[in-house]
Amino acid sequence: MDTFLLSRIQFAANISFHILFPTITIALGWVLLFFRYRFAVTKDTKWMDAYMFWVKVFALSFALGVVSGITMSFQFGTNWPGFMEAVGNVAGPLLAYEVMTAFFLEAVFLGIMLFGARRVPPWLHITATFLVAFGTTMSAFWILVLNSWMHTPQGYELRDGVVHATDWFAIIFNPSMPYRLGHMLLASGLTVAFLIAGIAAFRRLIGDRADSTLTQLRFGLTLGAVLIPAQIIMGDLHGLNTLGHQPAKVAAMEGNWDTGPNVPLVLFAIPDEDARTNHAEIAIPNGASLILKHSPDGVVPGLNDFVAEDGTVMHPPVAPVFWGFRVMVGTGMAMLALSWGGAFLMWRRGAGSLPRPFLFATTGMAFSGWLATLAGWYVTEIGRQPWLVTGVLTTEAAVGDVAAPMVMATLMAYLATYLALMIAYIGVIFHLAKRAAAGKRPTREEPRDAPIAVPAE
Amino acid sequence: MTLDATTLPVIFAGLMGLSILLYVILDGFDLGVGLLFPLSTPEERDRMIASIGPFWDANETWLVLAIGILLVAFPTAHGTILTALYLPVAVMLIGLILRGVAFEFRAKAPLPHKVSWDRAFFAGSLMSSTSQGFMLGMYVMGLEWTLFNVGFALLTAGALTVAYSFIGAAWIILKTDGALQIKAVSWARGGIWGMALGLGAVSLATPFVSSRIYDRWFSFPEVVLLAPLPLMSLALIVLLWVALRHLPTKGDHFAWFPFAGATTLMVLGFFGMGYSFYPFIVPEQLTIYEAASSPESLKIILVGALFVLPMIIGYTVLSYTVFRGKAINLSYDWDR
Repeated sequence: MDTFLLSRIQFAANISFHILFPTITIALGWVLLFFRYRFAVTKDTKWMDAYMFWVKVFALSFALGVVSGITMSFQFGTNWPGFMEAVGNVAGPLLAYEVMTAFFLEAVFLGIMLFGARRVPPWLHITATFLVAFGTTMSAFWILVLNSWMHTPQGYELRDGVVHATDWFAIIFNPSMPYRLGHMLLASGLTVAFLIAGIAAFRRLIGDRADSTLTQLRFGLTLGAVLIPAQIIMGDLHGLNTLGHQPAKVAAMEGNWDTGPNVPLVLFAIPDEDARTNHAEIAIPNGASLILKHSPDGVVPGLNDFVAEDGTVMHPPVAPVFWGFRVMVGTGMAMLALSWGGAFLMWRRGAGSLPRPFLFATTGMAFSGWLATLAGWYVTEIGRQPWLVTGVLTTEAAVGDVAAPMVMATLMAYLATYLALMIAYIGVIFHLAKRAAAGKRPTREEPRDAPIAVPAE
Repeated sequence: MTLDATTLPVIFAGLMGLSILLYVILDGFDLGVGLLFPLSTPEERDRMIASIGPFWDANETWLVLAIGILLVAFPTAHGTILTALYLPVAVMLIGLILRGVAFEFRAKAPLPHKVSWDRAFFAGSLMSSTSQGFMLGMYVMGLEWTLFNVGFALLTAGALTVAYSFIGAAWIILKTDGALQIKAVSWARGGIWGMALGLGAVSLATPFVSSRIYDRWFSFPEVVLLAPLPLMSLALIVLLWVALRHLPTKGDHFAWFPFAGATTLMVLGFFGMGYSFYPFIVPEQLTIYEAASSPESLKIILVGALFVLPMIIGYTVLSYTVFRGKAINLSYDWDR
């Protein structure tokens, strides 16, 4: 393998690992603020229990997000020096604003949020919790502005191959930014909703009968049921936006080779880029035309439009985009079924008597948000290829001149580290759930709400 | 003063220097605490962690800001420096990952795993410290991978690691009392030579790497004007050595002195290096003026920085005020 491919795999590995944790912390910060606020208002300890449990998960996720994020900031220089050299005048200020307005805010107030409860007045503790949540969201805002600009650049001019900013308003509010930001924030909300529901369901399954656990289960399922329709609408809007600005990506998502009307919605197929056709296709007639153009004879772009006369392919690799899209949508449908099914069951029988198979399914879906988020990012990022910044800089032009064996060696080291940390992370969340549940079984002799002595740090 | 292609690079080099300096001091003591883990008992480790727990995250962010400014303000230098230091950067990153997550995992994982996470915390701190010291050495020697330069970088790797353990011990002297404080004093006595060796090695080596740097220091009248820098450093090291023989005192007076002294030494060393290398950002190859981004982009960042940096400093001070005094074991609880 050459340096280019290895660097791409390494960047993909790093950013895939990294995004898992912000996806949790962005929304979990607001959920913690909600729990904290509910406790302040109701004085009901079930909210405090919920806060105490999830603040640990937050601290852990935050640490993983920070350290893997630092890796990202170095990777630009070690592996992709051409990126900053070409578009640094735009990317630089955006990244600088992320560090200055978000990173320090989160990091400093996280200390007060985690350990300051007994040292500062309640209003300051709630404010710290708010500022941490606000900081993670600001961070998401700036990084998604930059990422969206890479997809749909505007507000710049090229001088000697270097991008110079001309209109910062246009750069920040570039065409795909509102959709991408909305889509990602909702993805984070859904990830956290299903994580909370999944872990609470797991605690119910192992006999945890605490009020707080039930409240968390109800909260997670309800949040999921509310957010999933919003996400489906937002995803559709984002898709239409992509159709306008990056038609090749949409063609790959749909697995559509030829531009034309009455394009079917391909449910399953094995796209073959060499033969430029799909094998084993199962499709709904006119489906893609209906979804993308809201008319059965709407014209949908095809991949063959993006092959130059000399045969140079200027569209993304089809299979990963095609499959990534189906994994994302499939997971979303499963989320819809589970959360609405759960809402119906809670309405009919109450959250306390949800059937065990349903609790098993909910536990199984605890990390479904990760799957959908990763699949979605693969669609949009692989879908941008061969461009790093659409129409401005190709990915290949940005790669650094590092010996392939060196990239290979560091890639292996990162992968081993990440694998170990993933196992540890998921293991610790379930360990915390078991430890929290241990004091809450009615069969035990101690009173149900006895505080459990857990060293926080 | 107008903000243009001659002043902006200087301002940003100053901001980057400030970030690096703050990082080296602040995360220096975090990493130092990690380096001292093998010398401490499990109970002491909980208290040592408690002394840095609320701060480490923000401390590490100064590295992100420093590398961010390098990336943003000097993009060409960013690529050149980081591709030249590819492997040590990777070692540092994996070290920072291990150190950062071990913080959390050691308290949250099943109890039998705690020892392993403590080891990971030490290993991560060691990897980060040595690789940073190695990069410092390579940078001073002009980023050329020759056998001699690598040897020198290994020397600075060892020296910076011991220096970090010294400032870590100084932090523990400040933030704890009792048996742990007494132990930390003996750690600091063992570590002060690393600080001296590191400062000495870099100070002696830099003038001989380039005749330009030699002339900056040893021509008249500079040699007289600059003499206070090494003399003050020498005097501080002697003072620290004397202080460590008498600490801890009754009533805990002067517990702050080792940390303040270590910080001052790092500041002095930093100014010395800054003076040597200015105006180069890649030693002897690329000046800050050649490497800088366009003035328009730098201005946009500067406006934000002028607003935000005072706020960052403000709430950082708030955080250190909230967690002032001797460290007690950390807890998330708020109702008891």
